[in-house]
Amino acid sequence: MPIGGEATDFLDVERISGVNASVCMHCGKCSASCPAFHKMDIHPHRFVALVADGDFGPLLRSVTLWRCLSCFTCVERCPRAVKPANLIEAVRLLLIRKPGGNHLPPQLVPARLDEELPQQAIVAAMRKYNK
Amino acid sequence: MNYYPGCTLKTKAKQLDAGARRTASALGVEMRELPEWQCCGAVYPLAEDEISGRLSAVRTLSAALENGGGLVTVCSACHHVLKRVNADMADNELIRRRANNYLALKKAYAGETRVVHYLEWLRDDIGFEEVKKHVARPLDGLKVAPYYGCLLLRPSDVMRFDRPDNPSIMEKLVEALGGVAVPFSRRSRCCGGYVALDDRESAQAMTESVLSSAVKAGAEVVISACPLCMYNLKNGAGENKLPVRYFTELLEEAFGLADAAKE
Repeated sequence: MPIGGEATDFLDVERISGVNASVCMHCGKCSASCPAFHKMDIHPHRFVALVADGDFGPLLRSVTLWRCLSCFTCVERCPRAVKPANLIEAVRLLLIRKPGGNHLPPQLVPARLDEELPQQAIVAAMRKYNK
Repeated sequence: MNYYPGCTLKTKAKQLDAGARRTASALGVEMRELPEWQCCGAVYPLAEDEISGRLSAVRTLSAALENGGGLVTVCSACHHVLKRVNADMADNELIRRRANNYLALKKAYAGETRVVHYLEWLRDDIGFEEVKKHVARPLDGLKVAPYYGCLLLRPSDVMRFDRPDNPSIMEKLVEALGGVAVPFSRRSRCCGGYVALDDRESAQAMTESVLSSAVKAGAEVVISACPLCMYNLKNGAGENKLPVRYFTELLEEAFGLADAAKE
């Protein structure tokens, strides 16, 4: 098993996402469509390939986990129903479901708020980045 | 109609809530706010094994069923969550069983409620021809760029809102109100959403990409149905700036209700 991942990660990601990453045909449409592409270190098509290979170490350390916004453009356009956003969510959950795995410590939030920021942004960020 | 405002419409986006109610009422329909509704959860839990994040949506959907009639939403995020959890309750046996086991509702819920966004309600239940009849002050050729963002459109097999890559519902509304719809290429591209809380620069880059496309298309104003899109488009603008309004604000103006709204 590659460093940084656990033997059960592959099964967990498949169970959480409901997606079989190995049917990906590497067309790259997900990466070509992704509005956060330039902010990611592992682009969506590579992310899917690494899931299919069971190589979770780089994925668990990736910036991509925090830059995918679940806009579902990749999910909409994937010709093989691989749902890259769901795979990214599943790997993010591998991390944040563990004790101490939260990405956005609540004590940092107040300093980042402003008068106009809508409640939905705070709830969304807390739910996506933390457990 | 049963009506679900959601948290943001009670605080930072009060004008969206008020505009939806006032314009519905002008069309002869009272939006009846569901009693004791809860936060939708803001984001749909993509994890198939996550039940708790779906429960508050199920409570809302089941309460609407009990009340009779469908459920109208306005906020894009609430709509997305409620619509998708509803689909889960109808189509995903495991989620349905586990959610019902936990909630022990009077009657088990299986996705029976019809969830419609206010825009869909205008198009499908009222009809844009009827909307047109209520226009007292046409928008007079105002060039309006409808911004859809993500949550109303995708994934289209569940949302069934409009064509995901070439939506037209807001363009049709603008035309019905006497404006000129300016479709722009990035109208369904993400605004940056909640990433503003983690990395503001990322959100600004995405917003700039959306706004530059609207400016290039010749828009005078951008409209949105989402308070978070509104926030990003207003606060993340760089070189390309445009006024951003809720679609309900234009409706109120065209219906001649805008003066009443100011009081």
